[in-house]
Amino acid sequence: MGQYDGDPVIALRGATAALGARQVLRGIDLTVRRGETVALLGANGSGKSTTVRAVLNQVPLTGGELELFGTPLARFSAWQRIGYVPQRSTAASGVPATVREVVASGRLGRRRFRPLGREDRAAVRGALELVGLAPLAREPVDALSGGQHQRVLIARALAGEPELLVMDEPLAGVDLASQRVLAHTLREQVARGCSVLLVLHELGPLAPLIDRAVVLRDGRVERIENPDRLHDLACHPHGSEPVGGSDAALRIETGKVGLAAGEADSEARV
Amino acid sequence: MTEMLDYAFMQRALLAALLVGITAPAVGIYLVQRRQAVMGDGIGHVALTGVALGFLLSTNPVWMAVLVACLGAVAMEVVRWYGKARGDLALAMLFYGGMAGGVMIINLAPNGSNANLTTYLFGSITTVSDSDLTAITWLSVFVLAVSLGLRRQLFAVCQDEEFAQVTGLPVRLLNLLLAVTAAVTVTVAMRVVGLLLVSALMVIPVAAAQQLTRGFAATLGLSVGLGVLVTLSGTTLSYHADVPPGASIVVLAIGLFALVTVLAAPLAKHRARSVARGETEGTLGHSEGSDRAAATHRTTRV
Repeated sequence: MGQYDGDPVIALRGATAALGARQVLRGIDLTVRRGETVALLGANGSGKSTTVRAVLNQVPLTGGELELFGTPLARFSAWQRIGYVPQRSTAASGVPATVREVVASGRLGRRRFRPLGREDRAAVRGALELVGLAPLAREPVDALSGGQHQRVLIARALAGEPELLVMDEPLAGVDLASQRVLAHTLREQVARGCSVLLVLHELGPLAPLIDRAVVLRDGRVERIENPDRLHDLACHPHGSEPVGGSDAALRIETGKVGLAAGEADSEARV
Repeated sequence: MTEMLDYAFMQRALLAALLVGITAPAVGIYLVQRRQAVMGDGIGHVALTGVALGFLLSTNPVWMAVLVACLGAVAMEVVRWYGKARGDLALAMLFYGGMAGGVMIINLAPNGSNANLTTYLFGSITTVSDSDLTAITWLSVFVLAVSLGLRRQLFAVCQDEEFAQVTGLPVRLLNLLLAVTAAVTVTVAMRVVGLLLVSALMVIPVAAAQQLTRGFAATLGLSVGLGVLVTLSGTTLSYHADVPPGASIVVLAIGLFALVTVLAAPLAKHRARSVARGETEGTLGHSEGSDRAAATHRTTRV
């Protein structure tokens, strides 16, 4: 797609990384340009999550280069420009926290040590409304379902008004209603110029939003798929898998249902 | 009942108890949130070595305990960063080393014996001196400045350390600050509840409060309230029953915890219902039955 010749937001070249003694990334090239939505696909253990965590400086690179917003990692400090949605952890925290409290912590990157002001409260409220959790703002996070919890983590990232969203498996264990909210939220973020890097198991309801899918295998980029091929990829994310064919068909079916409702939803809001 | 207030030592003891009741839960809540509830215990054991060093060098044991406890807490934090040893094993080493070091050093000190340590191990209201009270007051100011002033930052770090790091917060600095603050709190509390029971006061009020609350700020507020309640009543009980204050305070705290646990059961049911209601009121009323069942299940577990 020629429309994304903007500056690279993420430029990863020849990246290698290890977890303990195991070489996980064996030379990854990955570029995400301004306004672009890129999906990272691949089987378990292919290095998707490690790639994302390397981009976020949570896994040190043993080789290669990383630039964020055109700045080499060593000199990069504008972390508030990045919104991170980690894989939903099942481990609950030891002390209760309300939905609003968790979402507000996404604002600290911008505020640092200054107290939160009116602008911050508005951003938190806006993020909660966008993911449809405003009515549950005062509820404890522990009482939410898996899908609702995922939406809390997304709202936390959005509260910081990021220019780049990085999401690790946002669809994992998420009910249909929350998948629709996710697709709608992503569309809104892309519309306001946000770049997105997503780790996905299958494209599902997000397929129409994605500009490029990068398929990883054994720590290397196996292939890069452009939009015209994405429909096939949504059906068969890992090439010709011996099992799960009907399963994959089922996934794309549910994806379509979710998408149609999501579109109706966004039109109704406009 | 009020005649105890005529004694200067009781006025000092109650003031110290008040400060401990506020500071211990205010710091303890972050340790509980991070599932490091026993960290206070580890620091307490290390502080014992500091107390003994104070006797050996004939300096104020409180300040020496502050110094040694801070070093121990920082060491624990460094071990956690580099993951060189399993966290629980590193903590265990500090427990044993702190206790053994304390007993060894106190017996090397001139006129020193294990008896000197008893007031530090279990607390003693009659021996809180004016200079102790001054030290406790200044240390409490520091502890509250950190635990309340930086509560959003510390909350974010303890809730999800990786996210806090990605968002640009100085996570290592905040972790170190929390470790030092916990160490200072332990030494503030040691004259009142004693080093062996100090951790109880950092943990039990939080554990009791969180059964009644939905959010972090509310838990912080209520646990400080409960902390003050048990330290003041425990100190009073200690005066009348002539037992070490550490024991009476902790026994009262556990009693309060049990009481709250019984009272909280109906509340959990109500809370589950209100979450289900909030979901249907919201723009997304498509929550599936299984979702709701899961929410109910999770809430009642608390």
